[in-house]
Amino acid sequence: MSDNQLTELIERYLDGSMTAEEGTQFELLRKNDATVESRVTEHLQFIGLLKQYGERLELEKRLNAIHDEIDVHALKEEVTIHPTWVVRMWRNHHSKISVAASIAIFAILGTLFLTGKLNSHESNFEQLSQEIGKIKHSQETLNTRTNSIINDIKGSKRVTNPGNFRGTGFALSSNGYIVTNYHVIKDADSVYVQNANGESFHSKVIYTEPANDIAVLQINDEAFEGLGAVPYNFKRSSTDLGENVFTIGYPDSKVVYGLGSLTSATGYQGDTTEYQVSIPVNPGNSGGPLLDDRGNVVGIINAKQTQVAGAAFAVKSAYLLKAIQNIPSDSLSKSLTLNTKNTLAGLSRPQQLKKLKNYVFMVKVYNQ
Amino acid sequence: MNKELKTSAPTDSEIVLGILNNSEIVLKKLYTTYFPMILQLIVNNNGDEDDAKDIYQEAIIVLYNKIKSGKFELSSKLKTYIYSVCRRLWLKRLSHMNRYGGDIRDFEEYLPVEEEVDDHNERDIQFSKMESALQLLGEPCKTIMEDFYIHNRSMQDICERFGYTNADNAKTQKYKCLQRLKKLFFQQK
Repeated sequence: MSDNQLTELIERYLDGSMTAEEGTQFELLRKNDATVESRVTEHLQFIGLLKQYGERLELEKRLNAIHDEIDVHALKEEVTIHPTWVVRMWRNHHSKISVAASIAIFAILGTLFLTGKLNSHESNFEQLSQEIGKIKHSQETLNTRTNSIINDIKGSKRVTNPGNFRGTGFALSSNGYIVTNYHVIKDADSVYVQNANGESFHSKVIYTEPANDIAVLQINDEAFEGLGAVPYNFKRSSTDLGENVFTIGYPDSKVVYGLGSLTSATGYQGDTTEYQVSIPVNPGNSGGPLLDDRGNVVGIINAKQTQVAGAAFAVKSAYLLKAIQNIPSDSLSKSLTLNTKNTLAGLSRPQQLKKLKNYVFMVKVYNQ
Repeated sequence: MNKELKTSAPTDSEIVLGILNNSEIVLKKLYTTYFPMILQLIVNNNGDEDDAKDIYQEAIIVLYNKIKSGKFELSSKLKTYIYSVCRRLWLKRLSHMNRYGGDIRDFEEYLPVEEEVDDHNERDIQFSKMESALQLLGEPCKTIMEDFYIHNRSMQDICERFGYTNADNAKTQKYKCLQRLKKLFFQQK
């Protein structure tokens, strides 16, 4: 039995066009032959699916026809939930808005940066607080001044100026000529020099050379009996770098020795009239002698610029000699002859200092 | 936010009876009554009107078949049933298109209808297999198959239409066509 014949049999069986006899025969066949049975089931299912498929197409056609009658557009408008205009605006234009916003931010930041507003606020503030500090300070000064004036008036007594400015000086000759710094005796009303034994002598300024910071004094006190022969002489030529130098002076009420070496041929800010030396000095050392190992005076300590750490300056001896020559002869009541014989050379340092200290004076200045 | 959609809705039992009786008017009423609700669901959840049409028609077909098969019980409102099926179908399609953000804006209550939707999908697969098998079958087989099995035309009609002089020839042709159609259908994966 061919496939076609079987299919025809199945169809005829299913649509009921078989005779009763044929039907019984076929049912017997179905029962006995599993293949026939499965073919029947398969045929039923397949034809069923085919029919359903046809029905589905039919239904879809009907639904489409119905759908075409609906005004979908109008309906869509009606049922769509329209977001608020802000949200719509954002959805439609968010890229443009973002770009605009970033440009705006950059522009603002750029402007702030270029005009310096971003970083200058703090410093402005600091300046302001400094200004306030200054004003506070000057206010306080004013207060204390006012108070002291009031006190003065109340107490009706004058405070005598105790400020005798101290410096150092050293003898040029045995008859009482002494050299010191100009800034030590500047604006002085009266000048006294005090020797190592504590004896003070009244002196007068006979010559000054502010440019080289040199001043020459003469002891004109009756108590003064003259010094012994000056043990050092004055070096005319300049001194070499690295040479050991020392000084002796009165940074405070007692004599102090200072040792160092010559560190530069020029002084403060390249001043060619001075040396730079590595001797720790105080303002009181100003006007003291700077001597080399053999006891030659090579300069005058000038301790005006104390702010330079570890360094001091000294006026070169050549300028001292020049200054002495420049003293007008009218100013000299006695002859000023410099010693040319050095009696310190070869002595040990303590012995040198022992001799030296008699020729080095504390310069005391009184002004009103 | 929800807009009440006002329509004179036919009663649920009217619709069930109408569909069982193949009433075209009832089908149309059913369709037009609930379409706006589904359109609202779809267009407010990343879809457009064509998506709404597809989804809605599928849901109607699911409902139609269920009523026709006699398995439908009016345990819930038709409205809720349709909405639930559409919602389920749309969620599936959204995740299939990678457009599902994990959140859907709902407008109605809904029921779990996974089983129905899955059955429907299974059947859809069978139908699309059948469709392509018929396409591959070619003429005149395709028309013969459709005429005889779908449109229930008699062999007499078919003989006349295709000019077969002998009814036996036509029959043989029909069986050959059916054989090929089955083969094509079962070959597909």
